[in-house]
Amino acid sequence: MSLVLTIAWTHVRHRARQTLVAIAGVMTGVAFSVMMAAMMEGSQDDFIRTLVDALPHISITDELREPSRQPADQIYAAAEFHGLKPNVRRPGIKNPMATIASLQGWVPGALTASVQSKAVLRFAGRNLTVAIIGIDPRTENEVSTLASHMRQGSLNSLYRSSHAILLGDRLAAKLGARVNSNITLASAQGISMNATVVGTFHSGFRATDETTGYVLLRTAQILERQTGIINEIRIRTNDPMQARLISERIGEQTGYKAISWQEAQEDLLSAITLRNVLMYTIVGAILLVASFGTYNIISTITHEKTRDIAILKSLGFRDRTIRSIFIIEALFIGLTGAAFGWVLGYLLTRGLASLEFKTPFSDYNHLPVLYSLKHYLLATAVALLSSVVAGYFPARAAARLHPVDIIRGAT
Amino acid sequence: MSPPLIEARQVTRILPGEVPVTLVADINLAIGAREFIAITGPSGSGKSSLLYLLGLLDLPTRGDVLIDGRSTTAMTEDERAEMRLSRLGFVFQFHFLLPEFSITENVALPMRALGRLSARGITQRAEELLASLGLADHLRKTPDKLSGGQRQRVAVARALANDPPVILADEPTGSLDTAATAQVFGILRDLVIMRGKTVVAVTHDLNLAAQMQRRVHIVDGRLADDVQAQPPVR
Ligand SMILES: Nc1ncnc2c1ncn2[C@@H]1O[C@H](COP(=O)(O)OP(=O)(O)OP(=O)(O)O)[C@@H](O)[C@H]1O
Ligand SMILES: [Mg+2]
Repeated sequence: MSLVLTIAWTHVRHRARQTLVAIAGVMTGVAFSVMMAAMMEGSQDDFIRTLVDALPHISITDELREPSRQPADQIYAAAEFHGLKPNVRRPGIKNPMATIASLQGWVPGALTASVQSKAVLRFAGRNLTVAIIGIDPRTENEVSTLASHMRQGSLNSLYRSSHAILLGDRLAAKLGARVNSNITLASAQGISMNATVVGTFHSGFRATDETTGYVLLRTAQILERQTGIINEIRIRTNDPMQARLISERIGEQTGYKAISWQEAQEDLLSAITLRNVLMYTIVGAILLVASFGTYNIISTITHEKTRDIAILKSLGFRDRTIRSIFIIEALFIGLTGAAFGWVLGYLLTRGLASLEFKTPFSDYNHLPVLYSLKHYLLATAVALLSSVVAGYFPARAAARLHPVDIIRGAT
Repeated sequence: MSPPLIEARQVTRILPGEVPVTLVADINLAIGAREFIAITGPSGSGKSSLLYLLGLLDLPTRGDVLIDGRSTTAMTEDERAEMRLSRLGFVFQFHFLLPEFSITENVALPMRALGRLSARGITQRAEELLASLGLADHLRKTPDKLSGGQRQRVAVARALANDPPVILADEPTGSLDTAATAQVFGILRDLVIMRGKTVVAVTHDLNLAAQMQRRVHIVDGRLADDVQAQPPVR
């Protein structure tokens, strides 16, 4: 073993208790950073994945980006008329089949059409307002995860009777309706029809499961009195991260409003960025606190060892040698602490991942965590850096010591 | 003719401060090979201060200290450290050994810092040095397990580790009883006679000083007397 290592090792060995406390400090810092990062990034990943799964990556609607200009505005640029009846624009994507066909030509992903409607659902004397979504079971499958959320029946069950409906499981429970129950739907357009419940689904989102029913496109069009028109095209892109770019091109091409999931969830995504800033601040603070322990032990050792340092310097040891002794001690504490921190951090993460958990919005059983080597390396780098910085200042002070000052004082 | 091993030229050391303290003033001194020199003087006269200057532990405010004819005030701190390591050996009144290391390791330290010998050669030489000073039975002990006289002999062994031509000792027997004093003094004298070293020792003990070949007397930081009592040891 080299001279510097021998002396450094002797120092830390003879101060076992303090050294262990400092190592424990670094270990705890690294472990909790790793665990925090695994938890934060895990839940974030899971959240985005759920979001990306649950939402269409791109939604094309007939809304224009600006309110439509009324005839009077078009004729008189700066006029304002009172008492005029606004022009009723028939909403919806006209000629949907042609639009879909032209998009299918270049959009990398799957497309499906839907019709949004609202209706009062009546069953056994109960009335509930629900969102009715008309879908095409053949293509819905490729765009949304609805099919995998079916509890009873399937998407194709919608073909079983002329007016069939799939209900959210909470909605069905609220109504007391079961498969094959006959319910009544009354739309705002004044259409009333009888429908048969052919299945239930459970998406995991309470709001959806409580207030949504799926019907065939045709059924929804009847409720809306709009045969041949749909009001949303949903797209599942092959690469969700490309959605924003693709949506812009769709908007340009069709003139309809195309919104990517990133745009739709802008607030959430910026909240996630904020959360990341928060996470790295906390992780950094933990490691900083741990480095105080290292600083403490190294400065204690140099303080207790002033006499030895004077002796070594009087023997002819160079400043650099003295400095490296204490920096190596700091590195030793940092490295050992980090190594134990990996183990503890991993175990903590495992423990966290195995916890049963219930959130109000959905029903995951386990806390999602993400194991990433990046977290371990980052925590180690910060721990080592802060240890070395914490060791450097006492080490430099020690090396600058004048041996005569100590020797004069001692004799 | 080869230059003196150590030469002080007009060495003055003033401690700066509100009231500057003059430790030594205008010292001229040449120390040759195979000399056995006593530095004497009243308490507080500046004997230790002079020894630190001669041993490159301190820097003169004015003047220069030459080792082997080379000016040391012009050297860098690292070069002076190298000089201390290879050309000078120090023995203090208190042994100043590292408490956590065995005495063999203590003696090995300067050799390891110099790095001229192999690890095995270093241990071997450390053990030989200690054995030659009557410590063969204590090689694995830490300093706290030894008597004062034994520790001071370890300090001498450490000073000899890199085989420097000069040993500087600041009251090496100051904290020892009569028997131990006689033994350590005998060892220092043997260094001159048997090994051809030069030994410069600060001492209060006029009895001891009387047995030394040359006596340098310091009063108030100035060289008051420099007598060759006997011809140099040959
Ligand atoms: N740090 C200091 N601050 C102020 N005065 C000092 C300091 N160090 C030494 N002195 C003074 O300098 C003078 C010389 O001190 P030095 O230790 O060299 O004397 P000495 O001859 O070795 O004394 P002793 O025989 O007691 O060991 C003394 O008067 C001492 O009081
Ligand atoms: Mg003194």
